[in-house]
Amino acid sequence: MWMHHPGPGAATSAVRQKAEIKMTQIARTMKYQREADPEWSARIRQLPGCERVSSCIQCGTCSGTCPLSIYMDYTPRRVISLIREGFKDDVLASKTIWLCASCYSCTVECPQQIHITDVMYSMKREAIQEKKYPSRFPIPVLAREFYAIVRSRGRNSEIPVVLRMALKSNPFILLTMMKSGWDLFRTGRISLKFEKIRKIRQLQKALDATKEVA
Amino acid sequence: MSANGFLYFPGCSLRATGAAYEESLLELFRVLAIPLTELDDWNCCGATSYMAVDEGSAFLLSSRNLSIAAEMGGHEIMAPCAACYLVLRKTLDYVEHYPEIRAKVEAGLRAAELKAFTGVKVRHPLEILYNEVGVKALKQKTTRKWKGGKIACYYGCQAVRPYDEVDRPHNPMRMDELMNAAGAPTIDYALKTKCCGGSLTGTIHEVGVNLNEILLREAVRKGAGCIVTICPLCQFNLDTYQGEMRARGVAIDIPVLYFTQVLAWALGGDIGKIGLKRSISGRAAIEKWFSSEEAPAYA
Repeated sequence: MWMHHPGPGAATSAVRQKAEIKMTQIARTMKYQREADPEWSARIRQLPGCERVSSCIQCGTCSGTCPLSIYMDYTPRRVISLIREGFKDDVLASKTIWLCASCYSCTVECPQQIHITDVMYSMKREAIQEKKYPSRFPIPVLAREFYAIVRSRGRNSEIPVVLRMALKSNPFILLTMMKSGWDLFRTGRISLKFEKIRKIRQLQKALDATKEVA
Repeated sequence: MSANGFLYFPGCSLRATGAAYEESLLELFRVLAIPLTELDDWNCCGATSYMAVDEGSAFLLSSRNLSIAAEMGGHEIMAPCAACYLVLRKTLDYVEHYPEIRAKVEAGLRAAELKAFTGVKVRHPLEILYNEVGVKALKQKTTRKWKGGKIACYYGCQAVRPYDEVDRPHNPMRMDELMNAAGAPTIDYALKTKCCGGSLTGTIHEVGVNLNEILLREAVRKGAGCIVTICPLCQFNLDTYQGEMRARGVAIDIPVLYFTQVLAWALGGDIGKIGLKRSISGRAAIEKWFSSEEAPAYA
């Protein structure tokens, strides 16, 4: 009889199993001070919108309110912590910063008034400048293609932007768009006319001049 | 509001996927006799992409639009798209508060011989209708009786966050009040400010569609027969992918309309000019609910 009873032995082994799983998680996320770059962290914390990163109390309100945190590799709370310590490579290569849809929930809810959405934007820009973003990940590819087309025409046109994004990241994305593309076309919501502003030279001149200011 | 009305900044979406927003907005403002002048040679606001690539360029795009407004002598720009509204509003804020951003923007404007934009204000149609026209006046002007289902007012993100001028960030109610004034009942929709994911439906498709399925299912569960939005991207996401959800066995087919479509119709606007044919989902309901017959709702 006693042999069929899931006695203390079985319970112990279940706990032990859980402990083993936990250990692999801990081993994977353990960080070491020598991997950190405090100077990078100090520079980031002076950028517009990032000033209050140091005041984070790690309460996790940002992660709780974020509609996308369950899909992220690091939650927003962890990103803030990584930035504060200077774990640059982990942050810049993360998918988290790109999954942020800029909905400003975290910014509005943060009890320390940290402009988390602005922090995410700063990280996106760093990742692009340093070419650290995950390769062929559609979101940064879309941002760059969007940037290029608006610079050359002054307005966005969905079709060329979407095509280039798909070709440079994952062409199979186009399959997910066939049904919706047709629906949008038959209701007159996709324009085949590619918009362009009259004074595109003026716009480009102004854009270039902003880059000459340090 | 001046006698000249507002300078109207449509933005790229209202000329493409959000065409019904522009059509119904223009019809509504015509009925209300509020003049709109389109901002001359406006450029894209840069949305969320420009801010992700280069900060100076992102603020410059909006600065050029604000500068054109100053040049045209208008002091109030109306931006219906939530992304356009927020980028313009944020530019006013950040150019004022951050000297490093101001220096970049000023250098850009100088190089292109564009005017400074001090004094230009950014407005959103929801807040204009609420503050300048008012719930009471709208109720009086209503000439058609709403026959449709209960409405879930969906405010989305960037129009109500982080700035609180369009409506308050927590439990905004102005759209609900406007719908009620037009005779349409609204539900208590707890997800009214939960993000639709924006362009995620086009990049990480499954994640984007999941977010929208949650929003749609909750609206239906709470008894809504229709969702009404103030943003072209919200409308696009909620309207376009219902067929895909049905293919996975989710029983959903409800109209997703712009608040301007419901208001323009209720105030007696031309039914052929409010973009009703551009909806993808809930077609049967739209055809049943909207007719041109006049019936004074409040005698």
